[in-house]
Amino acid sequence: MISRRSFVTAAGGVALVAGFAPQMLFARALTERRFVFIIQRGAADGLHTLAPVGDPAYASQRGNFAEDFAAAPRLDSMFALHPALTTVYGLFQAKQASFVHAVASPYRDRSHFDGQNVLETGGTSAYQLKDGWLNRMLGLLPGTQGKGIALAATVPMALRGKVEVASYAPSGLPDASDDLMARVSSLYTGDAQLHAIWEQAMSTRTLTSDLASDNGRNAAATGALAARLLAAPDGARVAMIETNGWDTHAQQRGRLANQLKGLDALIGGLKTGLGPLWADTLVVVATEFGRTVRVNGTQGTDHGTASVAMLLGGAVNGGKVNADWPGLADAALYENRDLKPTIGLDAVIGSAVAAHYDILPNRAMAALFPDVRQARFMNDLVRV
Amino acid sequence: MSAASIALNRFGLGARPGDRVDGDPKRWLLAQFDAYDPRPAAIASLPPSATIARDLADYLEQARQLRRANGAQPQQPEQRRGPVGYVAPQAMAAGDAMTAQPAMPAQSAAKPPLSAAEQARAFARKQGREYYGGAVAARSLAALNGPSPFVERLVHFWSNHFAVSADKLTVVGLAGAFEFEAIRPHVLGNFGDLLGAVERHPAMLLYLDQAQSVGPNSVAGQFVARRRPGQAGKLGLNENLAREIMELHTLGVRTGYSQADVTEFARAMTGWTVAGLNEGTRARFAGTEGTPGAFIFADRLHEPGVRTILGKNYDQAGEKQAAAVLSDLATSPATARHVSTKLARHFAGDEPPPALVARMEATWLKTGGHLPSVYRVLIDAPECWVEVPVKFKSPWEWSVSSLRALGTRELQPQAMVGLLRELGQPVWQPGSPAGYDDIAASWVAPDAVLRRVEAAQRLASRARDTIDARQRAPELFPAALSSATAQAIARAESPGQGVALMLVAPEFMRR
Repeated sequence: MISRRSFVTAAGGVALVAGFAPQMLFARALTERRFVFIIQRGAADGLHTLAPVGDPAYASQRGNFAEDFAAAPRLDSMFALHPALTTVYGLFQAKQASFVHAVASPYRDRSHFDGQNVLETGGTSAYQLKDGWLNRMLGLLPGTQGKGIALAATVPMALRGKVEVASYAPSGLPDASDDLMARVSSLYTGDAQLHAIWEQAMSTRTLTSDLASDNGRNAAATGALAARLLAAPDGARVAMIETNGWDTHAQQRGRLANQLKGLDALIGGLKTGLGPLWADTLVVVATEFGRTVRVNGTQGTDHGTASVAMLLGGAVNGGKVNADWPGLADAALYENRDLKPTIGLDAVIGSAVAAHYDILPNRAMAALFPDVRQARFMNDLVRV
Repeated sequence: MSAASIALNRFGLGARPGDRVDGDPKRWLLAQFDAYDPRPAAIASLPPSATIARDLADYLEQARQLRRANGAQPQQPEQRRGPVGYVAPQAMAAGDAMTAQPAMPAQSAAKPPLSAAEQARAFARKQGREYYGGAVAARSLAALNGPSPFVERLVHFWSNHFAVSADKLTVVGLAGAFEFEAIRPHVLGNFGDLLGAVERHPAMLLYLDQAQSVGPNSVAGQFVARRRPGQAGKLGLNENLAREIMELHTLGVRTGYSQADVTEFARAMTGWTVAGLNEGTRARFAGTEGTPGAFIFADRLHEPGVRTILGKNYDQAGEKQAAAVLSDLATSPATARHVSTKLARHFAGDEPPPALVARMEATWLKTGGHLPSVYRVLIDAPECWVEVPVKFKSPWEWSVSSLRALGTRELQPQAMVGLLRELGQPVWQPGSPAGYDDIAASWVAPDAVLRRVEAAQRLASRARDTIDARQRAPELFPAALSSATAQAIARAESPGQGVALMLVAPEFMRR
């Protein structure tokens, strides 16, 4: 339906400006697409981002976490979106956002280090590939389409490889993230001297992190910065943005709400900054793995398996949740604790990238995820 | 801490990946005396103090011409930045550090004619950019790559003991040359030779105003008194260096010397100055012509006569007079105790054990201040091998050990300048001739620790793809890594966070 309507529009254009048609068509075909990969480091809880409130086991497994979704927007009969994601919900309503749930990379253990390595290299096990799938993707793209940039002081693994990429960190020294601060606090608990000093330092410090700080304004600024870099005439066309702080072992409800609010602001900043270019933009948001289905003793969740991925942007064939839902009942869980993965994250990314850049899916998969033997392509993720 | 971990971290500058202490840790330390390189490539390629001093001479000459042209009162911008009492490092706010920053950016485009202040800024900028930054990088590279981290640590110790401070304009460019030329060649020699080299270096002579000290009864002093009575008050004895030699470099404060001893010593020191900083008749008259920056004894500035210092008469002529005083100071029991106490504090803890200090002092006196013999006492002392950490790392120690832990071998020229400024211990800029404090109380402060955590996160973000902290941490602290730290690293949210946690772990904050 949607691709048909685009076709009609394009045909009408040809009829109206017949004399210039070849150039116009050419220009249209060469409209440079934008691609943004946002990584959620620390294992974001997909079940608390897009909650399967329609699952009969949801309420009993998640306890008071369900309260966050009591008044949350329902995307369909099964899923409700976290209320902090207001911009994302707007995109969903405009059919510019879709979700893939119960999704996971091939990695099946629970180490952040190894899981992020698999997510970023596109391998099937950690440290087996030495470059990143996003860098290999740049190698597939013609001309300036393949200019990549990392919004970080150094190039993250996903963007490392043969194709040279830039990196750009916002000026000034970023404060250490709240998550690191919290971990330093716990690291110092057994050390009387450092514990006392650290308590003082924390009591006078305004808590900040890249995502949750300043009521989302820092995150929005990061999105706007990425947009400027992507919109510049000679700028990058592919960007990677890193977000930290998703490892919510304790007090998850408040922390995750802040994290999601920051992510939402970042996406808002990106969309606003890109303006008309947003129409040709695909944003993929993904994490290394999900979190346990059951809530732990400190109102948090522990390392799990499947989570949710988001596809956002004007290029997205949005407005739906893609899931082969495995269920949350005890018997349905992976290793009796995690959401069972039913869709491969590599297939999602491979399919979306292939459609976004009009590359044959097999060719995209072979380059991005060379060790994946069988992939179930998803045909309708991106408008073509 | 295991003995290997103590050798690497308390005596050395922190482990590098692959560093191993095979066999006896004491032997491993002693072997570094033979391996030590006083002039590694990074330092040998720097401009010598003669080059730096030539720039300084040009600047001073321009400033003089400007003053003559303006008919203004003699104006010496560097005087305002001179040592003004003893500023504790933690009291030096970031803002203050910035204003004294050698590589200070231009306030405005400089158009001729330059005011004295503008000229001073332009000079400081050039000295900072070309000399200070390069020297800090060279010092850091020697600390990261050298074969003798224990001896490098001693170089840093002595450089701080004989502190000059780069917040004085004339010292900015020479501060590095001071360490490389006066300290490094003598760190494994006799204290007396080290002392002699230090007190003759242009950086010290300029920093503590010895270069401008004139004996009232010297040829020059008498000439000025006769011919230009108005100028007489401006020329004369300067006691600054003589006092600090006794109080800080050798005997130690309140060890029995009097104000009369200081004044007599200052008289003996007259004539010890820097060549080539004055031009024309002035230099010819004072007898200070020569290669800029070179030590020179200018006889016409020297106060004639026999000096009596600490009850002893010194009747030597010329340069030999102060040299004889220095030689006696170097082997004085008070000096042995004062300097041994500082050395012991650096390795055995903020409250140095008196028994250890006594043994070092005895060795000092027996060997006439032979430094390797004194270091051997430290290496042999059980007080230096206690298994709990005894020292909280200074920002410099923490930065160097962090970079070593990450396997850093090369540096951006200004990287260390910025890092140490941020962490509150700008290199060669303690703000006082007493140097930086060597006790935890000066460095364990909430904001200071917070800055380390932030710096750790930044360092980690650059190193994260090449380092797995789960493997690196036990390598850095052989048989000494706590399970709490190992667990925190293993549970980190990302490899980069694991590296950051490793760098701020209690094991890493202390040695």
